Amino acid sequence: MAKITFDGIEVEVEDGTTILNAARKIGGDVVPPAMCYYTPLKGSGGKCRACLVKVTAGSAKDPRPMPKLVASCVTPVQDGMVVENTLSPQVLEARKGVVEMLLINHPLDCPVCDQAGECDLQNFSYDHGTSATRFEEERRTFERQDIGPLIQLHMNRCILCYRCVYTADQITDKRVHGVLGRGDASEIGTYIENVIDNDFSGNVIDVCPVGALTDKTFRFKNRVWFTKPVDAHRDCPKCTGKVVLWTRGNDVLRVTARKNEYGEVVDFICNECRFEKKEVADWTIEGPRHIARASVISANHYELPVINPQIIADLPESTTKELNLIPRPY
Amino acid sequence: MGVKILTEHINVPGINTLETYRKMGGYRSVEKALKTMTPDEVVDEVKKSGLRGRGGAGFPTGMKWSFLAKPEGKPRYLVCNADESEPGTFKDRVLMEKIPHSLIEGMITSSYALGARTSYIYIRGELMFVLRILEKAIAEAYAAGFLGENILGSGYSLDLHVHPGGGAYICGEETALLESLEGKRGNPRNKPPFPAVQGLYACPTVVNNVESIAAVPWIVNNTGEEYAKIGVGRSTGTKLISAGGHLNRPGVYEIELGLPVEEFLFSDEYCGGIWKGREFKAVVAGGSSVPILPAQLFLKTAEGTPRVMTYESLSEGGFVSGTMLGSGGFIAMDDTTCIVRNTWNFARFYHHESCGQCSPCREGTGWMEKILHRIEHGHGHMHDIDLLVNVSKQIEGNTICPLGDAAAWPVASAVRHFREEFEWHVNHPDKATAPGAVYRGAEDLAFA
Ligand SMILES: Cc1cc2nc3c(=O)[nH]c(=O)nc-3n(C[C@H](O)[C@H](O)[C@H](O)COP(=O)(O)O)c2cc1C
Ligand code: SF4
Ligand code: SF4
Ligand code: FES
Repeated sequence: MAKITFDGIEVEVEDGTTILNAARKIGGDVVPPAMCYYTPLKGSGGKCRACLVKVTAGSAKDPRPMPKLVASCVTPVQDGMVVENTLSPQVLEARKGVVEMLLINHPLDCPVCDQAGECDLQNFSYDHGTSATRFEEERRTFERQDIGPLIQLHMNRCILCYRCVYTADQITDKRVHGVLGRGDASEIGTYIENVIDNDFSGNVIDVCPVGALTDKTFRFKNRVWFTKPVDAHRDCPKCTGKVVLWTRGNDVLRVTARKNEYGEVVDFICNECRFEKKEVADWTIEGPRHIARASVISANHYELPVINPQIIADLPESTTKELNLIPRPY
Repeated sequence: MGVKILTEHINVPGINTLETYRKMGGYRSVEKALKTMTPDEVVDEVKKSGLRGRGGAGFPTGMKWSFLAKPEGKPRYLVCNADESEPGTFKDRVLMEKIPHSLIEGMITSSYALGARTSYIYIRGELMFVLRILEKAIAEAYAAGFLGENILGSGYSLDLHVHPGGGAYICGEETALLESLEGKRGNPRNKPPFPAVQGLYACPTVVNNVESIAAVPWIVNNTGEEYAKIGVGRSTGTKLISAGGHLNRPGVYEIELGLPVEEFLFSDEYCGGIWKGREFKAVVAGGSSVPILPAQLFLKTAEGTPRVMTYESLSEGGFVSGTMLGSGGFIAMDDTTCIVRNTWNFARFYHHESCGQCSPCREGTGWMEKILHRIEHGHGHMHDIDLLVNVSKQIEGNTICPLGDAAAWPVASAVRHFREEFEWHVNHPDKATAPGAVYRGAEDLAFA
């Protein structure tokens, strides 16, 4: 076990845990944002740099600060480590920079994007960005590519988090898509305009943090905030069959996997469940789905992020006071 | 004439053949190490020598070797980084092309020290002709019993392969190199874990530059102490400097570390002064990724001490008034050089070569290039100059691999030291270059 101090809060975690996951154990507003890291996907993380934090003491043995900000999603904790996230102006500045960089080539076309209301980048820039950009050059644009009847790829919106590539690599049979090109000319593409079709390919839609990969059977049928999410399951020979149905009246408009509070899929689902079972009768309804606070769907629910009550009980009053000073966007 | 360790025999006719190389004393270190020394003793000699990595970062080689994890039942690898893509750096190529056996001898001795049974030379794909030279030399070494099973009857066996890369600058970064060697896209890995723990095929691996490895035979033959006597302080031994730009005598020089920069730049033994007797304006001392320095700050530090060619002296003053020895890619610029154009050119390179994994580097390198393009072509604004510096700060230190820093430093340092030239461009949109600067031919305009 390793004890670390994260934003003044002490937490004990297993050896080998990453700083990000230690912070998630604390919960609440102090948890760094993550755009590329995805717990179920091995090897993900380290790319977007949204989760950078400052390590002011490396460990009890070697208490020197780390010279650079580190990506909390891929850096393991050490016993005695002291980390600053919301408390470090340098971190907040760097995060602003990451938002600005990501928005250079991601159009702010939320009104016409199918992912609006469910977009991690929308939330990330709202929480950590500035209202203006200093970028005045031409932005990159891509021709549309047809990658099959189920999934729409809109490369203009891709932020190259590689999550879909890891998903395809790790949970589908034969990956036909990947990153082509280099630098800001990189793009998600299929090998010579291939079609993405295998049993679990639909999961790339769920892991995409932005509207670059969307569900062709649902796109623009509705705005997500008009739908009602309910938990449901079915007996499926291929996957767990545990899903969320996005309904309007008696119509099942969309089927997705269930996600945790950090937007990570809990059980990946098969294409049959996702694309073919669009009747209420196909499913056993469990009840309404709890949706993460950042989503528009939870508008008017006034839910504030809470720090793990067990951990906050042990905090000195000075720390709780300091935590209350952290500006909250909501 | 200073001591020559790597290039002593480089001009001997036929030195690229095993026969001549051996006549000049080649492969002695293999015999000495394999027959009379334990692997740890070889590592110790390298430690004592104070040899620092010649690939750019200058990390002590012996220390790097001693970090190598030694798990039971897992192979260990030595990988030679012969990618050499840093603009301005062309020293490794000369060694490999002219005296290939020196690298192979170094690979054998070093592999023995590290307990590697298979080693690789990862070479820049454009250098196909050098690859052929190396392959021929390796075949000779196999035939003579220096490679393969039971080398010289010592019980130690080693296989050595040359692997051409696809020609991407990023594949010179050690973890991207390993990915590429494994047959994947050359994207840098997150560290930790470091290659010494999880490198090639997830096994402990040492990645070393050609010049670092080629220095090992001399150290084994003459002892680490003797090597440490050459040079100054923590900068021991000799270093290859590839000198280019506006010089009377550009070329690759082996210098003893500690040589005064003035002597290196102006004496006829080395660079012979600035081309056509023009005025010395600026220098990039260690490959295009290190901060650019104006002439006066290169010759003397801000405190007024004359600089010498060592890691410490060149970096004195930090990035405010100093730079780095880096890979030894020395680019001198005379007073006809337009610093804005030069910086734009560097920025174009890093934009093109960013692997695109992390957001600050992927987007930021392109952004800097576009701003510089604008300023250079008379469409810039005053606020663009600060914007440039600010964007470079958003990249620096926030990326997976040091390519982000390599892209940021030249820009930030150029604005720091030559700000008036950037302002001049903004204020004179109709003029293409700063006063005194000239265009150099059609290819210079081709990208305008
Ligand atoms: C973008 C980038 C490119 C690099 N290119 C090279 C190269 O071409 N050759 C090289 O030896 N080292 C290169 N390096 C440094 C290597 O990552 C590594 O530090 C070096 O090969 C270690 O060898 P050494 O300890 O002998 O210097 C590069 C580093 C970066 C970040
Ligand atoms: S398509 Fe989506 S999931 Fe894939 S790399 Fe782009 S943003 Fe990430
Ligand atoms: S810093 Fe640049 S080159 Fe290095 S990993 Fe990030 S995007 Fe790739
Ligand atoms: S979430 Fe850590 S770098 Fe992307």
